[in-house]
Order: sequence, then C-alpha cells, then structure tokens
Amino acid sequence: MTVVPGFLPYALGGWLFLIGLYGVITSRNLIHQVICLSVVQTSTYVVILAVGYRAGAAAPIFYDIPNRVPAVDPVVAALTLTDVVVEATVTAVLLALAVQAQKRFQSLDPERLSPLRG
Amino acid sequence: MSRRQRVGLFGAAAVVAAGLWCWGAWGLPGFGHYPGPYGQLINQLVVGQRHTTDAVTAVNFDYRGLDTIGEEFILFVSALGASVLLRVLRREHLRRRPVRGVAREAPQTSEAVRLAGIMLVAPGVVLGLYVVTHGQLTPGGGFQGGVILAAVGFAVFLTGRRLDLRRILPRHLSEAGHSLGAAGFVAVGLATLALGAAFLQNILPLGATAQLDSAGFIPIVSALIGLEVACALLLIASEFLLQAEEVEDQGEQRR
Repeated sequence: MTVVPGFLPYALGGWLFLIGLYGVITSRNLIHQVICLSVVQTSTYVVILAVGYRAGAAAPIFYDIPNRVPAVDPVVAALTLTDVVVEATVTAVLLALAVQAQKRFQSLDPERLSPLRG
Repeated sequence: MSRRQRVGLFGAAAVVAAGLWCWGAWGLPGFGHYPGPYGQLINQLVVGQRHTTDAVTAVNFDYRGLDTIGEEFILFVSALGASVLLRVLRREHLRRRPVRGVAREAPQTSEAVRLAGIMLVAPGVVLGLYVVTHGQLTPGGGFQGGVILAAVGFAVFLTGRRLDLRRILPRHLSEAGHSLGAAGFVAVGLATLALGAAFLQNILPLGATAQLDSAGFIPIVSALIGLEVACALLLIASEFLLQAEEVEDQGEQRR
C-alpha cells in the first residue's frame, strides 16, 4: 500500500548521519558545527520512527478511536521524544562552549582554537 | 592534520561506515512492516491498564518512568552546565546599562512585533497549560507543553526593549521551578515506595478513561515535567542573553 520503498528511511538515516558528520569535520564555525551535529542526531529520529511504522496505521492516540484499530509503535515515539530532549540539551551546552571559545580566542573557527591550558 | 587529509580520511571512513550500515540495515523489516510485539501490546493494553488514551505519554511517564527520570536529569544537568559555562568570570563584570552604539545592542523593536508578541502571550499560556494537563488524553505532555510555556517567555522578551529575561521570570524562581520539577518526579517515585508499591508504580486511582483526572499519577508527573522544562529553557536562554547584553571583558575594555 505504501509508496515509500522499504529501504528508503534507513538509507535516509544513514545519509543524514554521514552528511552531518561531514559538516562537523569540515566546518569553519563552531555554531555551524553544532547545527551539523543536530543533523547527525536527526538521523536517529528517522531510523527509529521508521522501525515503528505500520503501513496504513493510525497514531497511537485512542481518544477517539477504539484500541482495536492498528496503530504505530508508541515505544519508538517515546524514544524519539527522549532523543529530541537530549539533542536540545547537548546543543545548549555546546553553544555555551562556543560563547566561551569566542571570548577566549576571539574566533569561532575550530582551527584557530589553541590547545587547552591548565 | 591538513584539511585535505582530514576530508580524505573522512571519505574512507564514510565508505566503511556506509558499508557497515547497509550490512546492519539489510535484515531490518521494510518500512511499514512493523514486526515487534511491544508496540502492539501496549496499544491494546494501555487504555484498560492505565485509563490513558495517549499511549506515548503512558510509555513515557508510566511504563518507562524510570528512564524519563534519567531524561529529566539530563535536562537538569545541562541547564546547570550551561549556567556554569556562562558564569561571570573573574575578569568580567556586569555592565549596568547597555553601552550605546555597540553592535551587540538590540535593535529597537517594531510596534508590529510588540503587538504580535503581546497578543501571543495569553493564548500561549493557555495552550501551554492545555498541552501539559491533557498529555494523558491527546498528544502532548510535560515536555511539549513546557516548551510552549517557555516560548511565551520569549514572546514577552521580543516585545521588550531590553534583553533581560530575568524580568519575566526572576532567576531564583526559574531555578526553584527547575529544581522542584526534577525533584518532584523522584519524590513521586519515593512516595510510591513508601506506600509499599514498586518505584513509580501507578497506584493512584485511575479515574474514568478520557477524563482530565484519569490516568493516576501521569497528570501530576506531566505537570512537574512541564514546570521543569519551561524553567530550564528560560534559565538557559537568560544565561545566553546575559552574555550578549551585560557581560563584558575588562581585558578587552582596556585595549
């Protein structure tokens, strides 16, 4: 019934992971780098939501449908919520580090950061 | 390592990683062919067992409550970490008033933005509280509603002329709310232990399905998490804004 080929979400997850990692590695700006890391984290949402999807199924909310109706997996949806929270918190801490890097080195270019001094 | 070498190394590693990923994903069921029993089991049992119509909320706050405590503490610690990283350092000091003409000063807010911001406040608060309190019935819950409530703080911030979120939510209140939310969830778990049940076992009366007061302790936990998320987000945002506005490096000033 579905028009999406069975492998596409997994391929998309892998591609998002690698393209985000490429961004992290080649980035010349710490803020851009943090956003690239968010792209890497997005890949996990795609993959785990894809695992829980059932073709033609409803959302797992039984407020106005009986619970006999097939619904997608609520466990992976809950895991994705955890994932989003973790992404937001990681982003906050990394951006705080970027602020401090700018203050100390007057630059956001990762290649201009000198090694840590004690 | 030069840039070119690094990209080359990444290319080689990416080919290997992509190969491993294809190998690993090969046996996975195709998109739309959900195999596992857990989701189906929870979908069939959740309304009868927990009187909760949103299966995702039931998984998060009840079946998997212990993990959500961990998740909540990740948020707690990261708000703490952002505060510590953005603390006022020894060689910095707080500026009393923004200096005129610096690039970092906020531009004047237009009347249209101010009006829209003010108009968003009341509906935003109502929507946020609705989403927090109806998590057991329809999509939503503490995490989602908390983000909406924090967004109301940002709308107020947009309407102001000064970059200070502490006027909207004073520092000690946001810290207290954020700690109370985190501690409250654990306290609910300890209370169930004290009453002789398992940690975070849903022993409160479950109420009538699809009513606001159903689902046992899920609405209580959801409200606590909403409090924590809203306060933590406002705390983090106010730390960043404090940096932009008021902290200034004395070393820089002398130059």
